[in-house]
Amino acid sequence: MSRLSEANVILAKEIIGRYPKARSATIPLLHLSQQQNGYVTNEAIAHVAELVGATSAEVMGTATFYEMFKFEPVGKYLVNICGTMSCQLLGADELMHHAEERLGVKAGGTTADGMFTLEHAECQAACTEAPNMQVNYRHCHRMTTTAFDQLIEDLAAGRLDGEIPPHGTLARVRQQIPADKAAGVASPDASVVPAWMPAPEAAK
Amino acid sequence: MSSYPWAAGYIDDGDRPKIVTSRFQYEDSYTLDRYHATGGYEGLRAALARTPGEVHEDVKAATVLGRGGAGFPAGTKWGLMPPGKFPRYLVVNGDESEPGTYKDRLLMERDPHQLVEGCLIAAYAAGLSQVFLYIRGEMPLAHERVGVALNEAYAAGYIGKNILGTAFSVDIVLHWGAGAYVVGEETALIESLEGKRGEPRLKPPFFPAAIGLYGQPTIVNNVETLSNLPWLLTNGSAAFTAIGTATSPGTRMVAVSGHVKRPGVYEIVNGSTTFRDIIFGDEFSQGIRDDNELKAFVPGGGSAPWFTADQLDIPFEGRAAGAAGSMLGSGAVMVMDHTTDIPKAALTLTHFYAAESCGQCTPCREGGTWLERVLQRVVDGRGTSSDLDQLLQIGESICPGAFPHASSERLGLSATPFPYKMTTICFVGPSAYAPVHSALTLFRDEFEARIAVSSATVRKQIPVTAVGAH
Repeated sequence: MSRLSEANVILAKEIIGRYPKARSATIPLLHLSQQQNGYVTNEAIAHVAELVGATSAEVMGTATFYEMFKFEPVGKYLVNICGTMSCQLLGADELMHHAEERLGVKAGGTTADGMFTLEHAECQAACTEAPNMQVNYRHCHRMTTTAFDQLIEDLAAGRLDGEIPPHGTLARVRQQIPADKAAGVASPDASVVPAWMPAPEAAK
Repeated sequence: MSSYPWAAGYIDDGDRPKIVTSRFQYEDSYTLDRYHATGGYEGLRAALARTPGEVHEDVKAATVLGRGGAGFPAGTKWGLMPPGKFPRYLVVNGDESEPGTYKDRLLMERDPHQLVEGCLIAAYAAGLSQVFLYIRGEMPLAHERVGVALNEAYAAGYIGKNILGTAFSVDIVLHWGAGAYVVGEETALIESLEGKRGEPRLKPPFFPAAIGLYGQPTIVNNVETLSNLPWLLTNGSAAFTAIGTATSPGTRMVAVSGHVKRPGVYEIVNGSTTFRDIIFGDEFSQGIRDDNELKAFVPGGGSAPWFTADQLDIPFEGRAAGAAGSMLGSGAVMVMDHTTDIPKAALTLTHFYAAESCGQCTPCREGGTWLERVLQRVVDGRGTSSDLDQLLQIGESICPGAFPHASSERLGLSATPFPYKMTTICFVGPSAYAPVHSALTLFRDEFEARIAVSSATVRKQIPVTAVGAH
């Protein structure tokens, strides 16, 4: 049963309420479903569609565009090794080759014990710290084959659970907009001149 | 090594002015306490004490060039919105994904309040009724830091209804991306924010300032651009323009990576610092690793045509870089030394853009993939001599006519300046071609050597029998 849980529906409605149009909450809600289930299921897509007022096809169309949404179960740890320019110049190929040997899977595969999924990734915005990789989107800089082996060992032993949440969980702290402090959504259907702007409108 | 263990990559060396990285020296730089202790939210107070129009004029006078890649001045962009059409929105582009680029993530993780304050100043000055802060999905630490900063700022009365007791009211909504480079293009960002596939819109007519989010006038500004505003409002536009040059005032964050001795993120003086300074300077990357020779470098993020040692004295100034055949882009310099396999390097970049194509435009979708396949064949030693000209032909269908490139003394080439013509809706298609074009223009001999090797191998393996002979 992978529809959003009751608690997540409450959160989902709060998130939807921040946007002038409900459809804008599609990606945040897909992330929420992936946080709950570990990957994006058809049931969750249907539920998100109900919540934002779209069809399942529309939500699936959006979901399939974005790299982070996985449609099959993923290992507890998603290991993304960057292969873009600066990392490539500083040994990304060797690192990936080593990772494949150490984990016993080719890039794209998941280890038999379900712990690690290994993937090629593109630029992770840490180019000065090449070669880079991410585990569940947490950066690991200046990787070496030795550091990689140590990291895998630490992850398998659960030593990094405080730092690296399971796949699907991104930010561990969410934004909250208190109702009594909110300015309120600015709907495109209501042409309201902002209260602090001089009237008649003085844009240049 | 980074200057501070908590700010991976940032190098604080030399006596240059710091506009956006002043707090990186503090481990708690992202907290409200530290922000208050270092002049935080004074820029907002200064703005609120004046009219929106006055603040807008100040930002225009300072010439704050966009730091996302296109370099369009922020104050001018705000002025492009049609009068009388409301509401207007601010969409913050925190989708940093350009190869080589690393600065916006640092700013979001280390100084989120500075970004928040910058958003508030922009919303006030340009009459923007709601702010959407779009952060790349693969940056969860940035989501956390910015999320906490937003919560703190709401509690302290800096965001929300009647900010600091004035008529200024705005919400800032934190929005998560989900992994798509093309979404960094401003109209694709808007499409993504509307809940759709991140497919760019045609400009004109869909310049966001005219028709943007939900069809309303929308300002899309980069994280670093907005992060300049607090300092600007606190210190004044005269202080801002006193740094750098007339066309390129202030500072820029530049990430230098690849085969240098000290890769790092540096806040440089805009407009006057040269590529020689950035790559070889003592305060900067300190030269090529192992004292190797410089072969080529990408001056402005993965989409930029390549430079060689011939262009080292070009300053970090938009027009100079354009005339020299490339662009400043997102402030990302990637350096290749003489050990670099040039065809492989070109393939790495072309693969990126081909993979990131949204698929709308045939020249990009088909052409990018085709470029990658032909290039892969050449790199693997299975190329033929017609492959090289085929690469140029494919490129011609993405970007007709002369494609920008640097001059080369060794080859007796003069520069072809920017910009290029394109047959595509956005620049991703041309970006798949740029590395191929640069590599072939400046290092064709390396490609030909690769072909010669593969032809010799093929000839050895398949004995050729004359027709008719038995």
